[in-house]
Amino acid sequence: MFESSLKQMGAALRAKKISSVELTQSYLDRMAQLNPQLNAFITINPEMSLAQAKAADARLAAGNADALTGIPIAQKDIFCAKNWLTTCGSKMLHNFVSPYDAHVISQFNNAGAINLGKTNMDEFAMGSSNETSYYGPVKNPWDTERVPGGSSGGTAAAVAARLCAAATGTDTGGSIRQPAALCGISGLKPTYGVVSRYGMIAFASSLDQAGPMGRSAEDLALMMNVMAGFDERDSTSLQRNKEDYTRDLNKPLTGLRIGLPKEFFAEGMGSDVAKAIEAAIAEYKKLGATIVDISLPNSKLSVPVYYVLAPAEASSNLSRFDGVRYGYRAPEYGDLADMYEKSRAQGFGAEVQRRIMIGTYVLSHGYYDAYYIKAQRIRRLIAQDFVEAYKHCDVIMGPTSPSTAFKLGEKGDDPVQMYLSDIYTIAVNLAGLPGMSIPCGFGDNAMPVGLQIIGNYFDEARMLNVAHQYQLATDWHSRAPHGL
Amino acid sequence: MTWEIVIGLEVHAQLSTHSKIFCGASTEFGAEPNTQADAVSLALPGVLPVLNKGAVERAIKFGLATGSHIAPRSVFARKNYFYPDLPKGYQISQFELPVVGQGALTIQVAPLSGNAKPYEKTVRITRAHLEEDAGKSLHGDFHGMTGIDLNRAGTPLLEIVSEPDMCSAAEAVAYAKALHTLVRWIGICDGNMQEGSFRCDVNVSVRKPGEPLGTRREIKNLNSFKFMQQAIDYEVQWQVDTIENGGTVQQATILFNPDTGETRAMRSKEDAHDYRYFPDPDLLPLEISPEWIEQMRATLPELPQTKQARYVNELGLSAYDASLLTASREMADFFETVLAAVPNDAKICANWIMGELNAQLNRDGLDMTQCPISAQQLGSMLARIVDGTISNAGAKEVFRTMWAEGGEVDAIIEAKGLKQVSDAGAIEKIVDEIMSANTDKVTEYRGGKDKLFGFFVGQAMKASKGQANPAQLNEILKAKLAG
Repeated sequence: MFESSLKQMGAALRAKKISSVELTQSYLDRMAQLNPQLNAFITINPEMSLAQAKAADARLAAGNADALTGIPIAQKDIFCAKNWLTTCGSKMLHNFVSPYDAHVISQFNNAGAINLGKTNMDEFAMGSSNETSYYGPVKNPWDTERVPGGSSGGTAAAVAARLCAAATGTDTGGSIRQPAALCGISGLKPTYGVVSRYGMIAFASSLDQAGPMGRSAEDLALMMNVMAGFDERDSTSLQRNKEDYTRDLNKPLTGLRIGLPKEFFAEGMGSDVAKAIEAAIAEYKKLGATIVDISLPNSKLSVPVYYVLAPAEASSNLSRFDGVRYGYRAPEYGDLADMYEKSRAQGFGAEVQRRIMIGTYVLSHGYYDAYYIKAQRIRRLIAQDFVEAYKHCDVIMGPTSPSTAFKLGEKGDDPVQMYLSDIYTIAVNLAGLPGMSIPCGFGDNAMPVGLQIIGNYFDEARMLNVAHQYQLATDWHSRAPHGL
Repeated sequence: MTWEIVIGLEVHAQLSTHSKIFCGASTEFGAEPNTQADAVSLALPGVLPVLNKGAVERAIKFGLATGSHIAPRSVFARKNYFYPDLPKGYQISQFELPVVGQGALTIQVAPLSGNAKPYEKTVRITRAHLEEDAGKSLHGDFHGMTGIDLNRAGTPLLEIVSEPDMCSAAEAVAYAKALHTLVRWIGICDGNMQEGSFRCDVNVSVRKPGEPLGTRREIKNLNSFKFMQQAIDYEVQWQVDTIENGGTVQQATILFNPDTGETRAMRSKEDAHDYRYFPDPDLLPLEISPEWIEQMRATLPELPQTKQARYVNELGLSAYDASLLTASREMADFFETVLAAVPNDAKICANWIMGELNAQLNRDGLDMTQCPISAQQLGSMLARIVDGTISNAGAKEVFRTMWAEGGEVDAIIEAKGLKQVSDAGAIEKIVDEIMSANTDKVTEYRGGKDKLFGFFVGQAMKASKGQANPAQLNEILKAKLAG
């Protein structure tokens, strides 16, 4: 049952072969057994999950169930969920029980899905290994000495270890795709503005985007049907017609033009990763696709540009965590400035503080033009590269991450090395494009490799089709970590 | 030694929307602390701002009323600083691209002292931008701690920045008053200064004529025109004294203490914040189409300046009268309703409104909206003066009666017997009787004692029980006395 697709689970629930309470309880049992070694969840609340399951069963019995009614979904702890502890992986919010639901959470609630728990993450989504979480690192289910990637590492590990049917993530510079790749699952970061950011704790507002993570493209399509859609509470949410993201899943790929950016296949990528990516491209050729060589000349600037813009926005977004109204406040302090300083110094971890300082610096008087304005300009050039590329191809493919999962602590003392693990994913956020990662093999250390699929704006349905056809032809996505 | 004073104003006008600028919480004044602080006002994790269209509409109206440029595209920016009553740790404001650009406001300046005549002046407006207000820190009984009330956090403000075009406290006050009138006139701000709906920051510097601008100090948060005048006077004197005593003025933010009448520095330039402005990524640029501007233009009433010009050019009133009659929309509406009853006698309307009516209002501590006499009542009364039915003295009697008891003009005239005698025959008869009863005085008058004319008027009035039409009486008396 833990291997069933969302579609199969939904059918079983509607056919009363299993109740939502039973299904939820079996996941809770599995979590109780495996989470202690994986640390994929920050909060598990069986009582609240089972109450939702009971309600879902009533809805199933009444015959007005939706596709995901009764299905247990884990939520990244970046989403505010009413009456749930919502920490964002930080000591700063160690005591914050949200009084309201994020848009994404309400969408799942309205669909009758079960909130199975809040998944671990890098603190305030700042990290690529899940090691910055105040609640301890998440372990990769394929090898618990290795990182799951980040920042949605808890979600990726939970999905890979079958601790939930599917889960949510957020992606600011690769935080859905990179952990998906490192944990051998599928993940989709939609076009910026497709999923409302309301109630999703902001890291870098112009880059943050929520998306689904699951075991297959088909599952992601069903998740997207719940998550996507206009929300008037988010001014950057896009007013578009409701889409059925499953609509193109079964289209043949004949004539599909796949662009391979030469910059993604240059130095930096591990040879084992390269081999898996090349094999995946060969598989696509078999499925009828043609290959186009393209160039994204400015993509090499995406990491430095990102590390100006994202910290700039973050330094401001995180100002509200001041110890005044909620969250952590230092137990002892002198005057007001001292309360701010101590609360923030004690409540934020090292990586978050580093980024707040970088962001404060680049926005400062005298540096703003040289850093922030210049980075914005390059950001537009990077986006323009993609516009140019899509004149010649339908989707772009390449590696998601230059290497497979690295060992815990391996990059701990070198932030720049850590930042470079997002080298292939960041340009997509800067351009606001949709990006995906799907499993496409294993590296030398038997850890999963992810294939990145980048689509044009609003091309999620096509990307899901491209991924689904590959998953019909291969079985990388259905491999499960052994030994759990 | 003469000094030139240079003054510029920054006015924060609270826009009269029912809900806040970036969320649905109420802006009602005076509620229990934090009862109007929703998730967005509290800056809970994950909440996002959504712009209130009503606030933009009011900014557009202001731009139109001051002939200002209205930006087709403006940008909200974050002004970052930490303060307990600033829940997000930044204020959403506009920085490089404000919604309203350059414009101007023409004001009538009544000098505060001396016999100088009122004059007209045009003050240039630099810009006006939309922003949110902060909450309030309460230093009351919190066991030595500070309380925070976030009801006001997120209240929409229009910050109106002038050029440093004013050169006296009188001009600054006249400009502030004109702005205050205008924002209420076009219905974008209730102008309640006690509740903080209209707050002025005044930048003051002094220099010798012909020299470059001096260093300015900014007097913060003045909430009365009287305090503004006092604060400017004190500050100018302080700056002049400082320089004349060999000191230099340092740029600073200062506060005015109404109890002592003094200003004192709050913070100097050295501890000025670096606000790290940058465009707010949570809000799209604000785009205003020409159609939207035209829609707003159609809702604007005739503006005070336009009315003033019309009163002067078409009604023959003085510029000063015209400016007083357009001091508020209620005043102008009242005047125009009164005028409708006596369309050719604007001057008498102006005199009565600014004379008797204003005096009574002041005596009873009322404002125009609380006036016990309606404009229609006053109009019918003036019509009775104009058509000769009552004298000015009679009208005052009618006015007093209406003020105290109400009632209809003609009924009061009837009941009080105030109708004046305009029958030439009747008046001639009275005059004849008086002249024959005072032949000695007639002789004296004819002998050159002109002053006796008043005596005859008095006698005749007395004989008519005050009801003789004075103009007519004068005319007849003059003719008969001349022999």
